[in-house]
Amino acid sequence: MKKEKEIVQSYMSGNISRRSMLRGLSSLGVSAAAASVMVNAAATRALAQNGFDWERHSGTSIKLLLNQHPYADAMIANLENFKELTGMDVTYDIFPEDVYFDKVTAALSSGSSEYDAFMTGAYMTWTYGPAGWIDDLNEYIGDPAKTNPDYNWEDMLEGVRRSCAWNGKPGGALGSADAKQWCIPWGYEQNNLTYNGRMFDEAGLNVPTNIDELAATAAEANAKIEGAYGIGVRGSRSWATIHPGFLSGYANFGEKDLNISNDGKLSAAMNTDTSRAFHEKWVKMIQESGAPDWSTHTWYQAGTDLGAGKSAMIFDADILGYFMNGGDNAEAGNLRFSPFAANPAAAAPTPNIWIWSLAMATAGKQKDATWHFLQWASGPEHGLFGATEMDFVNPVRKSVWADASFRERIDTSYPGYVDMHDVSAPGAKIQFTAQPLFFDLTTEWAATLQQMVANEVPVDEGLGQLEASINRQLKEAGLG
Amino acid sequence: MSTQTTDVPRKSRFKISKRALPYVLSLPALLVCIGILIPFFTAVAYSLQRYRLSQPWAREYNWGANYLNFMTDPSFWNTLKVSMTYAFLTVGIELVLGLGIALLLQQRSRLNNFVSIMLLMPLMTAPALASLMWKLMTNPGFGILSYWATLLGIEDMKWASDPSTAMLTVVIVDVWVYTPFIMILLLAGLRSLPRQPFEAAELDRVPRLFVLWRITLPMLMPFLLTAVLFRVIESIQQFDIIYAMTQGGPGNTLTVFQVEAYLNFFQSTNIGRSAALLMILWVITYILSTIFIKNWLRLRERARGDA
Repeated sequence: MKKEKEIVQSYMSGNISRRSMLRGLSSLGVSAAAASVMVNAAATRALAQNGFDWERHSGTSIKLLLNQHPYADAMIANLENFKELTGMDVTYDIFPEDVYFDKVTAALSSGSSEYDAFMTGAYMTWTYGPAGWIDDLNEYIGDPAKTNPDYNWEDMLEGVRRSCAWNGKPGGALGSADAKQWCIPWGYEQNNLTYNGRMFDEAGLNVPTNIDELAATAAEANAKIEGAYGIGVRGSRSWATIHPGFLSGYANFGEKDLNISNDGKLSAAMNTDTSRAFHEKWVKMIQESGAPDWSTHTWYQAGTDLGAGKSAMIFDADILGYFMNGGDNAEAGNLRFSPFAANPAAAAPTPNIWIWSLAMATAGKQKDATWHFLQWASGPEHGLFGATEMDFVNPVRKSVWADASFRERIDTSYPGYVDMHDVSAPGAKIQFTAQPLFFDLTTEWAATLQQMVANEVPVDEGLGQLEASINRQLKEAGLG
Repeated sequence: MSTQTTDVPRKSRFKISKRALPYVLSLPALLVCIGILIPFFTAVAYSLQRYRLSQPWAREYNWGANYLNFMTDPSFWNTLKVSMTYAFLTVGIELVLGLGIALLLQQRSRLNNFVSIMLLMPLMTAPALASLMWKLMTNPGFGILSYWATLLGIEDMKWASDPSTAMLTVVIVDVWVYTPFIMILLLAGLRSLPRQPFEAAELDRVPRLFVLWRITLPMLMPFLLTAVLFRVIESIQQFDIIYAMTQGGPGNTLTVFQVEAYLNFFQSTNIGRSAALLMILWVITYILSTIFIKNWLRLRERARGDA
């Protein structure tokens, strides 16, 4: 066992590559899975050597509320190391996404202290923060007595980090100087193109680079490829229909969801000529080449159709393509990735992002112990472990993206993924205006889009109605 | 051996006055009612407030403003229209089908008993699960019903994904799930009817249709009203089938009261509006229930010969 430990130590010190380590361990009869555990245990031991008192809350127990997700799986796989490092106990409840956020809302609004920390999306903190249900984590991040000196907060991708911070003022800029850090980014999704390389090759299609090419390629794929439709995008009557591909493309034209006047009042911003043109192209693209049951499509249907070979491409979360390119999906290994800027005049993509984050419940009774867990779970060691050994993709830390073994692994199995990320990461951020009516207004936007696609209302008329309704709601809420 | 009995009534240790007795007897029911009334009055209070969880600083009593806003809100009138249409269509179709099936299964036989048990199966399926099952069957890409539709020459049938067929689709699912409820209630009613009027009609060779209209249906009316009462109350409060199938879409095609209130509460955290919507739903349900119960009581009295 001494020999194995020496090899792992050499790898941890940066003396040998990951491949050399695995080869060395393999020659000693150690499987790849066992090697991961050894590396992880070594990383955990290294954590304890920087003088930070990880055992300060030994004997304490905290409880987490988790969504069923590969990020949670990666954390659970590594949890024993955290327990060993800290002497703390961690229990958790895990729920499928369909009911997860209802559970979170119910738990937080009741003031229950059952859960100390939970997974959330950044958008949700626009409700939880002002409601007083979650703590501002700046208090912990900036306190050297509470935070591991190697935590390296600045290592988080800036657009992602800032997107999780808001000052609570309707329309307030994310990441402003007075912003509160409502959650810690954990893993995130950019919205770009994932296409079926096999289908594209067989049909002689080129990868589209703007909205017009996207619509044309989708139509061509629809016509040429038997049994598959051209493009998968979400369409259910939910805010989640707007935030992925749609808003990423929309924002690339410099368009916004809301205007903010000098006196801080908000008003609808989507009834402009540029917006109208974008909506028309988007609606036409779905009508001509989208899923026949588009209006019921969530991320799940968009993803599984791509994985099953029922669609030629998606303009959606990159990790959706990532997951569909593996497992027992029919098209595993055939998917390719490409950055996508809808506006031909744009210098780079501007993907809107979804960030799975961790937040601390205000009603929790063990704040400092919870922060021990949060900083470990969002720390560089766990980030690297999850990204290299599990499916903790996309990582939110620059150091993980710079890691050669991670890049090599992704580049080999997911052609174009690393390039796509590198090209679009600088422009990736939450493109919505932070305000308390986010879910109301965005759901209504999705419902209007459904009406446009169903030809129930022309685009210009639909946008006019949407604008009037949004302005009325903002006024009623005292925001407009 | 002899037993001694005494006629002198024992004096109770606790003496309850005659006036207090009714209140004491109804106390357990009152305690149960309190459990129901507290959340009810809390909802009433919320419905009179501007109350959004995301804007706790703006929480205040705005009294009737939530209700007044509905008057000028097109989405509210759409919700009312959609809810009423859904209730009317589902209950109407289920009543006709349920009655027809019950009449067919009226005669006691092994086959009829077996069929009536089999027909109860959909009722034992959770509506949300039934919806997911129907969602798969109506999938335009691979759903069996979509395939059958193409065999009938209906191309590109989009079922719940299209505003023109979304209502039809969810009504079909509701009918599939709940027709057995009406069927079993009416079957029980049919089998409990006195035989004499039917035997007399048979002797007089009265046409069957006449028997149905003039004897069966009038005698079955209390059962019909009970079935309609239960189904209308449930149908106007429909949530699971519609939410599981379409989340209220496409557009606002299926935003019935419960779906709208749910989205307002859990997604928008607009507690005030959600509570006001549910209070209006309660008023509608209360009015409908009162009408049905009054008619049901009137029919019962007539059947006893009191009216």
